[in-house]
Amino acid sequence: MSDRRTTAVLARTGLDALVQALRARGRTVVGPTVRDGAVVLAELSSAEELPFGWGTRVEAGRYRLVRRADGAAFAHTAGPQSWKTFLHPGREKLWDADRTADGQLSVTEAPRAHISYAFLGVRPCDLRAVAVQDRVLAGGRYRDRGYQERRTGALLIAAECTEPGATCFCVSMGGGPGADAGFDLALTEVVDEAGHRFLVRAGSDAGDELLAEVPHRPADPETKAVARGAVDAARERMGRAMPPVDLRTLLGDSLEADRWDDVAARCLTCGNCTMVCPTCFCTTTEEVTDLTGDHAERWQRWDSCFDLDFSHLHGGPVRASARSRYRQWLTHKLSTWYEQFGSSGCVGCGRCVTWCPVGIDITEEAAALHDELAARLRQDGQRGRGARGVRDVRYERKEPER
Amino acid sequence: MTAPSPAAPTLAVFKLASCDGCQLTLLDCEDELLALTGRVGIAHFLEASGAVAPGPYDLGLVEGSVTTPDDARRIREIRARCRVLVTIGACATAGGIQALRNFADVEEFRRTVYARPDYIETLATSTPVSAHVDVDFELRGCPIDRGQLLEVLTAFLAGRRPDVPDHSVCFQCKRRGTVCVTVAHGTPCLGPVTHAGCGAICPAYGRGCYGCFGPSGSVNLPASIPLLHRDGLEDRATERLLRTFNAAAFDGLDACHEDEEVRP
Repeated sequence: MSDRRTTAVLARTGLDALVQALRARGRTVVGPTVRDGAVVLAELSSAEELPFGWGTRVEAGRYRLVRRADGAAFAHTAGPQSWKTFLHPGREKLWDADRTADGQLSVTEAPRAHISYAFLGVRPCDLRAVAVQDRVLAGGRYRDRGYQERRTGALLIAAECTEPGATCFCVSMGGGPGADAGFDLALTEVVDEAGHRFLVRAGSDAGDELLAEVPHRPADPETKAVARGAVDAARERMGRAMPPVDLRTLLGDSLEADRWDDVAARCLTCGNCTMVCPTCFCTTTEEVTDLTGDHAERWQRWDSCFDLDFSHLHGGPVRASARSRYRQWLTHKLSTWYEQFGSSGCVGCGRCVTWCPVGIDITEEAAALHDELAARLRQDGQRGRGARGVRDVRYERKEPER
Repeated sequence: MTAPSPAAPTLAVFKLASCDGCQLTLLDCEDELLALTGRVGIAHFLEASGAVAPGPYDLGLVEGSVTTPDDARRIREIRARCRVLVTIGACATAGGIQALRNFADVEEFRRTVYARPDYIETLATSTPVSAHVDVDFELRGCPIDRGQLLEVLTAFLAGRRPDVPDHSVCFQCKRRGTVCVTVAHGTPCLGPVTHAGCGAICPAYGRGCYGCFGPSGSVNLPASIPLLHRDGLEDRATERLLRTFNAAAFDGLDACHEDEEVRP
């Protein structure tokens, strides 16, 4: 199959030809660009708006743009947004209701957006995140109509990762810097003595067709080798790693861990982690009425398990403490997500680490939970408690997935 | 616009110690003002009209904090005349800027500032309306947000709960796509501990939030203060930032932690 797909080389100028070809087809091209001291995702009218010559230096709770001498466009790590900003926007109207002259209610579904996106520069971690949201929002019995429409029409152009950041850990989440599936085109940026160029692989018929419209040359072995080498090297340069254990079991067995108190003392419960997370999908609905009382609207907006109202039932919130809310987030993300959707909810993009104002690090929390659980299991083992001991057979270290 | 029917609910606006900015927000509802006057009878609103209809009123909006013995008496009277009482703004909900007096010696101010201190009858503290009477809803902000005020009024007319979330300003920054000024610029920002409602205006212009909406529903101030220090605020500057508009409200949170839920 994949052998029939085109592999080619695009010059730096070819990138703009690609953007223009997409725009000529009526697509809204969205990609990374520099704004307000960060690489954000926004509509592009030209490839010149890409962050050529910008890199990022990130740490837990810290993000800075840095200049790069090589002029690379895709050498930055995850910014504050992800593609969910476009596929699953922060606020979306669901329907209008009007009171008619005879006192009846007339409900009208919100008009469809008819937007046809082309996402340029999707990182492999984000390709996986889109796949996760596909399962959540469009893969089950109850589908999000808006998401499904926007997603079905979207064209994905991946940019393989050659510059992982200090908060990246996709490899330890079973991913990696290479794009293996779920894209229409995959670019790998190469800058060396032979010039600034992009190895491009088609991943779908739409990708092949698009590539045919854009000036390109056949892929030479040299460019292929350099591109492959850069992606392979990136795999070894992840800034962080999850502990190499079965995270699903770890979190499931850590519900009463003391570590939750420790992290709760640091957590601002501000909700930033969930909003920058490319897979967090929770929404709530708001009803808007006007002063006449004859018109109402229902809007869907992002919600967060860090919001007290998120678990508000009769009498108050079920998860009132920061401890219980952080635990809910992490346990769902790394463990109960499997039961619900058949995979982990984390792709290792590192956004929650970078964009947490106080720099709470999901990998460090998981490692601390692991240490605490391992110590508890050792203790139980020494005391000869069989029941818990059985569990640690299940809770084995595993080889990091490749 | 037609005049409201005699059966329309009546609205009354009152002022205690305040700058009038929150009341002005009502007049600032330019496009919606006519629709509003068609739906409610404005019975008492001195900022807009000297014509005052006697109470009782269906909805009372109160701006300002209680700083004098007369205010303390008047707010009880206002409460008695309003079926639903909503406080608007940082003064009415948290004591306002003037609550700085709560941390100082008011006697000394009186002696130093006024030529005839004996003319000044004032309380030692500036307190929110809720410290004196039951309040049905508190709308935050310095000043309040026009959209939120309209939401409270329309919710009142529709007989529903207003949609005024208690979460942090960060929610609004992220929803509107603002780059975090703390993480990306190192700018001290009270957003993570501040009640949403303004639409996250300041960070959208590259400034840190200065907390004019007061604490959010879930504040961890001890975790936030080291962050402000990291971003260059000294102890004194941190205290000043927290004590600007909602001095008393943030002050009460210094050492406190949220209640733990009952753990099995």
